[in-house]
Amino acid sequence: MSPLPPKPSRRALLGAGAAAAAGLALAPGVRLIELAQARVAGEPATGQVRWGLLIDADRCASGCTACVDACSQENGLDSAVALRQRPQWIRKVELKELRTGREVSLPMMCQHCADPPCVDVCPTGASFKRADGIVLVDRHSCIGCRYCMMACPYKARSFVHASLTGQKPDVPRGKGCVEGCTLCVHRIDREQNPACVQACADAEHGAMLFGDLNDPHSAIARRMREVETHAVRADLALDPGVRYQGI
Amino acid sequence: MAPGAFARIERHVFWLLIAAGALLVGAGLLAAHAMEQGGHAITGMSNQIVWGVPHVFAIFLIVAASGVLNVASIGSVFGKPVYKARAPLSGLLSLAMLAGGLAVLMLDLGRPERVVVAATHFNFSSVFAWNVFLYSGMFGIVAVYLWALMEMRMNRYAKPLGMVALGWRFVLTTGTGSIFGFLVARQAYQSALLAPMFIVLSLGWGLAVFLIAQSAIYAWNRLQLPPPIQTRMARLLGVFVAAGLYFTLVYHLTNLYWARQVAFERFILLDSGIYTWLFWCGYLVLGGVAPMAVLFSPLPRGPLAVVAASVLVLIGAFAQLYVFIIGGQAFPLEIFPGYAARSSFFDGAIDSYAPSLPEVALGIGGLGIAFLITTVGVRALRFVPQDDFGSQPALAAAQD
Amino acid sequence: MPMSAVACRPSRSLALALLACVAGFVAVPAAAEEAGRTPKPSIVIESGEHCVAAPEQMRREHPDMLRHQRDRTVHRGERGMKVSLNRCVACHADHQTGSVIGSNQAFCQGCHSFAAVRIDCFDCHQSSIRPAGTRLAREAVP
Repeated sequence: MSPLPPKPSRRALLGAGAAAAAGLALAPGVRLIELAQARVAGEPATGQVRWGLLIDADRCASGCTACVDACSQENGLDSAVALRQRPQWIRKVELKELRTGREVSLPMMCQHCADPPCVDVCPTGASFKRADGIVLVDRHSCIGCRYCMMACPYKARSFVHASLTGQKPDVPRGKGCVEGCTLCVHRIDREQNPACVQACADAEHGAMLFGDLNDPHSAIARRMREVETHAVRADLALDPGVRYQGI
Repeated sequence: MAPGAFARIERHVFWLLIAAGALLVGAGLLAAHAMEQGGHAITGMSNQIVWGVPHVFAIFLIVAASGVLNVASIGSVFGKPVYKARAPLSGLLSLAMLAGGLAVLMLDLGRPERVVVAATHFNFSSVFAWNVFLYSGMFGIVAVYLWALMEMRMNRYAKPLGMVALGWRFVLTTGTGSIFGFLVARQAYQSALLAPMFIVLSLGWGLAVFLIAQSAIYAWNRLQLPPPIQTRMARLLGVFVAAGLYFTLVYHLTNLYWARQVAFERFILLDSGIYTWLFWCGYLVLGGVAPMAVLFSPLPRGPLAVVAASVLVLIGAFAQLYVFIIGGQAFPLEIFPGYAARSSFFDGAIDSYAPSLPEVALGIGGLGIAFLITTVGVRALRFVPQDDFGSQPALAAAQD
Repeated sequence: MPMSAVACRPSRSLALALLACVAGFVAVPAAAEEAGRTPKPSIVIESGEHCVAAPEQMRREHPDMLRHQRDRTVHRGERGMKVSLNRCVACHADHQTGSVIGSNQAFCQGCHSFAAVRIDCFDCHQSSIRPAGTRLAREAVP
């Protein structure tokens, strides 16, 4: 195996990513293609990296929907169908602990499990896990059987119930296929933060941290060594890439 | 009528039946077209209840298709002559219902035009992918089995082919039960019990369908089913219904005691209105206790009573599947045990589902397909059971 | 498969009817040749830059090129490749409408409606460089 080219530190990349996102917001139509890319054109994603999210439920503000709105904006999730049929890739869940009455809120999205049940049950292999840990739906193969929606313990997937127009160029999606949070794979591949993480940072809550779980020096890995974090439904032993602190 | 004569349905009755079947199939195809154009938005399904009424019909047809072949299995594998005479009809019904069920499943897909993708790209950790082979293999095996049954020179292969069909059937129905059994996160489904439960349910539903079809065919051909045969089959149906009730009891007990799904069981058995009613009245009383009372009754009863009991069993089957499939999805997933959840994505909320016309029409279209195939088959070929009506040995065999 | 000479002999009228059909199939295109050019799709290639490959190769192979690359992009995460549906749209979109579909003069739809091959891509993919509700964006995204 040939040695990989030396990579700039993750922090520098994330900082550059944030700057790029800010640049995109300020200058419509201008893309910072001169941004340093750790992945060159044509280079596939590798298992060296495992993308993950760490969500601090204590810092998540009840009633704030910045992440949800940002996801909807980034991925073009406007929909005219009834709420129960409308796709939602991320949602804010208000929790109340039954024993103590303590209330906490947190965002819930595809947990990007290492051992995803949705990938196991997909008959065509459309639901798959990319080498760097992101669980995606290949809509070219999806037949819309919704078995993955039945299998997901987190209710992460949505079904597109009606024809769509006005899709974002980076996020193709259409009627009859199942979809879910992509961890903003089109942004990650450009060394940017997912839209929800960026929006939470911009709203000064900082409840969401994104990074490479496999890199011991990344901010997310360091934080997970310092504080106690949990996986939702840890009893299922799915090893999700999304972890929570504060619940 | 001379013994062994080939009876045909009278012409005008036949064309009437074909017209009725075509009407049902037409309604189903119209519904499928509407769903293709408008998307699933026109149905009652949602992101919470992803499988609706079409799946109720499809799973019924597929499970009953496996079960109806049991009549042939008892004949070929266990050598009972009364059932041997009924084996071809049982095989035809099996093929017909499998075709109807699969048609409904494929037309309910979000992208039905991509069935070709499903037939060429396989992920073998998925039961659905295995089902592509199991179901198409079932068609082939039953077709060859029918050939062995109906072609005199092939009759010696009937027993080995019957055993292959029996084994394949068990694997197939285990697969159908496992579709749900492997969903570890769902309170309603996470159980290894579902595989054998579906097998037992298939036996009852299949025999009920067979009895109804047999009675109808006999009536339209002005034939008489000898009472000993009828009694025997009626008792067998009663046994299968009882076995189904037993498995349902064990399923709910394990869900309560071992899996501790108290909230979900309470929802289904006590709190949920429609699902509670369907379970107790639709399945337990109408589909369980009432048919058993009729079938095991010591009082003399006519052929109509057996048909009525079979219809009740099928009503119970639909009620049970509705509660199992839709009730199982209506109860929210328990994502955060120990917490009460609330969100814009209906976390923690019970989804309200109302079957829509396209869904019901699609399901009925599947029934229509099964009906059409059976009607045409019975008219074209020698599927009517050829009992030796006039002679004693046949009746003696029925009594042992 | 050889026909049995003994089994059936078509009647004379049937033979004449068949002959007339065959003659018709041959005559019509011949007449067209004499009358004028064979109809061709009228598409306008807006961008003068060099395409991914020569036009003849693109016409024949673009479905396979797109299908092959989409698997590599979606499953393996390869970005910035030569073949990209977004780049096709960015380059070939009509200057007025901004789209590659929408009329028989549009780039993709023109040939596809001529060949009667349904385009599946734009059920999901964005076909316009000016999609409704978003800002004008002409850059191609790999």
